[in-house]
Amino acid sequence: MTRKPDPMHLLLHQFPELTITGLAVGSVYALIALGYTMVYGVLQLINFAHSEVFMFGTFAVAWVAMAIHGPNSRSENLEQAAGILLLGLVAAMVLSGIVALLLERVAYRPLIKKKAPKIIALISAIGAAFALEEVMGLRDRIASAFGLGQRLSNYVQGARNPYTMPVTVRPHPLFSIGNYKITDVDILMIVAALLMMFLLETFVKRTRFGKGIRAVAQDPEAAALMGVNSTRVVQLTFLIGGLMAGVGATLYMIRIGSTTAAGGDLLGIKAFTAAVMGGIGNLRGALIGGLVLGVVENWGIAVLGDSWKDVTSFVLLVLILLVRPSGILGEALGKARA
Amino acid sequence: MSGRLGGLLRRKQVSVPLLVLVVLFVYALPMLDLPIITTTDSDFGGVLFDAASYALIAVGLNIVIGYAGLLDLGYVGFYACGAYTVALLTEFHGHWPFFLALPAAIVVTMVSGLILGAPTLRVRGDYLAIVTMGFGEIIRLVITNTHWLGASQGIAGIPPPPSIGQAPDPANGVAGGLFQVPHLSWSTFPNVIDVGHETPFVGFGVADAIPFYWLVLTALFIVLIADRLVKNSRVGRAWEATREDEDAAEVMGVPTFRYKLLAFALGAAIGGLSGSFYATQTTYVSPDTFIITLSELFVAAVIIGGAGNRWGALAGGVLVAYLPERFRSFSDWRMLVFGVALMLLAIWRPQGIFPPRRTRRVLKVEAKIEALEGETASV
Amino acid sequence: MSDTTTSTVTESGGRALLEVDNVTIKFGGVVALDEVTFEIREGEILGLIGPNGAGKTTCFNVMTGVYQATSGQIRFDGKPLAKMQRYKITRLGIARTFQNIRLFKSMTALENVMVGTDAHSRVGLFNALFRTPLHRRTEAESRERALELLKFVGVDGRADELAENLSYGDQRRLEIARAMATRPKLLCLDEPAAGFNPAEKQRLMELIRNVRDEGYTVLLIEHDMRLVMGVTDRIVVLEFGRKIAEGAPAEIRDNPAVIAAYLGVEEDDDAAS
Repeated sequence: MTRKPDPMHLLLHQFPELTITGLAVGSVYALIALGYTMVYGVLQLINFAHSEVFMFGTFAVAWVAMAIHGPNSRSENLEQAAGILLLGLVAAMVLSGIVALLLERVAYRPLIKKKAPKIIALISAIGAAFALEEVMGLRDRIASAFGLGQRLSNYVQGARNPYTMPVTVRPHPLFSIGNYKITDVDILMIVAALLMMFLLETFVKRTRFGKGIRAVAQDPEAAALMGVNSTRVVQLTFLIGGLMAGVGATLYMIRIGSTTAAGGDLLGIKAFTAAVMGGIGNLRGALIGGLVLGVVENWGIAVLGDSWKDVTSFVLLVLILLVRPSGILGEALGKARA
Repeated sequence: MSGRLGGLLRRKQVSVPLLVLVVLFVYALPMLDLPIITTTDSDFGGVLFDAASYALIAVGLNIVIGYAGLLDLGYVGFYACGAYTVALLTEFHGHWPFFLALPAAIVVTMVSGLILGAPTLRVRGDYLAIVTMGFGEIIRLVITNTHWLGASQGIAGIPPPPSIGQAPDPANGVAGGLFQVPHLSWSTFPNVIDVGHETPFVGFGVADAIPFYWLVLTALFIVLIADRLVKNSRVGRAWEATREDEDAAEVMGVPTFRYKLLAFALGAAIGGLSGSFYATQTTYVSPDTFIITLSELFVAAVIIGGAGNRWGALAGGVLVAYLPERFRSFSDWRMLVFGVALMLLAIWRPQGIFPPRRTRRVLKVEAKIEALEGETASV
Repeated sequence: MSDTTTSTVTESGGRALLEVDNVTIKFGGVVALDEVTFEIREGEILGLIGPNGAGKTTCFNVMTGVYQATSGQIRFDGKPLAKMQRYKITRLGIARTFQNIRLFKSMTALENVMVGTDAHSRVGLFNALFRTPLHRRTEAESRERALELLKFVGVDGRADELAENLSYGDQRRLEIARAMATRPKLLCLDEPAAGFNPAEKQRLMELIRNVRDEGYTVLLIEHDMRLVMGVTDRIVVLEFGRKIAEGAPAEIRDNPAVIAAYLGVEEDDDAAS
């Protein structure tokens, strides 16, 4: 304990910072986790390709920034960048939504129709995830194949490398807790996640579509008998997952500013961890799971060091599954909680 | 027609020599320079080594997924375990000969299978996949962060297995091995035996992957025989019963947990075996190799081949390793093609290319037809 | 209490094989079984009846280790069964069938029965891998016994058929063969006649009697009163988790409490079927 600065001291000293930034990162996990949880709640399937839906969203934001701002990089305040970011948000939600719908149509629906075993849907999703990641990683080649390599070079160059948004957001400190200055970006991320969660829950609880989702989640056959179009419900579920991932992607780009074709993988696993932790199929659980994961991961960094960050989240995942397999809040898309 | 052919194939005087021929052909494959299947863009011996390794992994994972019905998405962890045990014992922390490190690697992975399996196998179906995936990732991350395990730089300079005779050293004109096996070459027809291109028998060097291929192939055949013996026994029945209906199996006196653990440990051991070969052939291990994607590939190999059928799993393993290499001319595109192919295959044949039991049903129908034919013939 | 722990010799001649002693089971606040006490005597066919929700299946499940009793004890051959793993209960000598058929669908009929015979096998990985004499002998015995059992229940000739391809009646009979294969002292049949037509029921009654004549003790849960009355030696009646009557079929038939609780309803059913 004497060799290095005492990790517990470090944790206590930086506690506010670690917690707030953990919540901010956790918001992204939570928004991706909503997609996993929705699809699992309705289909009892782990949508392995959902990480790619998110990844496409991050590129949408970066492309919009490139299109409006041009290739010269600049750092801006949140207010200055607001226009670009709002357009980026719309683009990310649209692109992620389209990818999610495409995924449902191509990789899942034929198998659901055939009533294939779950494990096959998993394989199909893994295949789709490979394909989507490769499409992004090969976008320079694809563009050249269509003779657009030159014109799109700002968007497709070095497709395998990290792609940085030309406009990076400079966080602006608002007020401080302890010795940490909370920034507008922190607040934005946490508030956005809470807001989306609230909107989604209202949607699922109050609207006709939401009732359809709950009905199918509870009992697909009974729902079909009651005249619920389950294909439509499944589509909607994927779409909502995609939209949420789009929001998460925008927040991610505001904070990190750079993305890669393979960038969805780790976040996807983390988000899935969050969904499972909160009780898969449970919307609020996804939010809480995401936030808890983000925070615990950050505390873990303080105690164990940066390189053990991902180990913390996986150990947490394994422990929670072993001790309380139904997650913190239990599973419940079809039930009253959602 | 097929009935008579099937009957003929099952007669011992026919089936045994035929099997021997097939085995010899598979051993000789890298020497034959066959058109179409020989990869032109990458070393065919290396590709065959990979294919045989993947087949071995798929056969091992098939015990876990296909027989016991446990979806293991962290299988790469055991593969890493085997590879690292060999790397540590033969290079990093010791100078054990490979063939001593190999059984150690098998034991280590088997024990780690037991340790990981004991708590996780009580978790129910869907979550098991995630827990195992978590463990697989934990293993990789622990390696990345531990200096004793070579950390993120990995471990280089892992020696090949000892050769019989001299170790091959082409740079100094030492062919090595017990004797030399010439390749064939059809481009020089009619002088098809290419004495300028030979592979040492039981001589392991960096330049030629073919002796490694023969090594893995031998292990694969041994594992296949063991797999068959275990599957067609009380153990295999207990696995199948557990997979079909765990509660009913338990009520019929099957200690299901113990059998699931056994399947997990055996699968792990075979994964470790394959990892050992990987380490000694590539001479280098690094945590970057053992990523989740590899686990997904392994599962895909078992499923697209047909989970529960050892030949299906084997074929799946070969396909997953071979196809991307064969189509290397697409180079960058191959993973995209592979992903799409995986998806299409899942949709086109949800039960796998070679579903289990189907063969048995076909054989039974054939047997019936044959019996009928026999009767009419004797009348 | 002392008369149940020592093996009591009863009028039907058998010693108590299974003793259900003051067993209560609660799920949350609901009492599924309320201080139920009865015994199954060696060599008899005991019927356990009662209207739907009376606690028959709960009783059955607690005997085979699926549930744990909240209070009270179940003893088999004098040994308490509490907290014993299910496969160990089977090895001790209690076997059961399932109300909703639960065969191993992708296995053949023969293999299904062999899973049962394996319950007492000492063959493990080592013996299987090296094809030891023990393996060969056990396997041959298993196969032979499984074939005998298939013949006994009348599913012979379809030994190599996949279980899921058998007819409904054959599947039910196969379940009985599979349970018998574990060499039980007590065979518990959970509504074995469900979905049977009268002719099939007749065959089943003969089969149950044959099973008893082979030396097995049988516990029968059944809805069909004619079948229960026709085949059992004694009957225990449950209602709302309580035992309301126990006795020979003729006594039960005339018991006013039973008639009130059960027979009135059931006879309508019978007349209809």
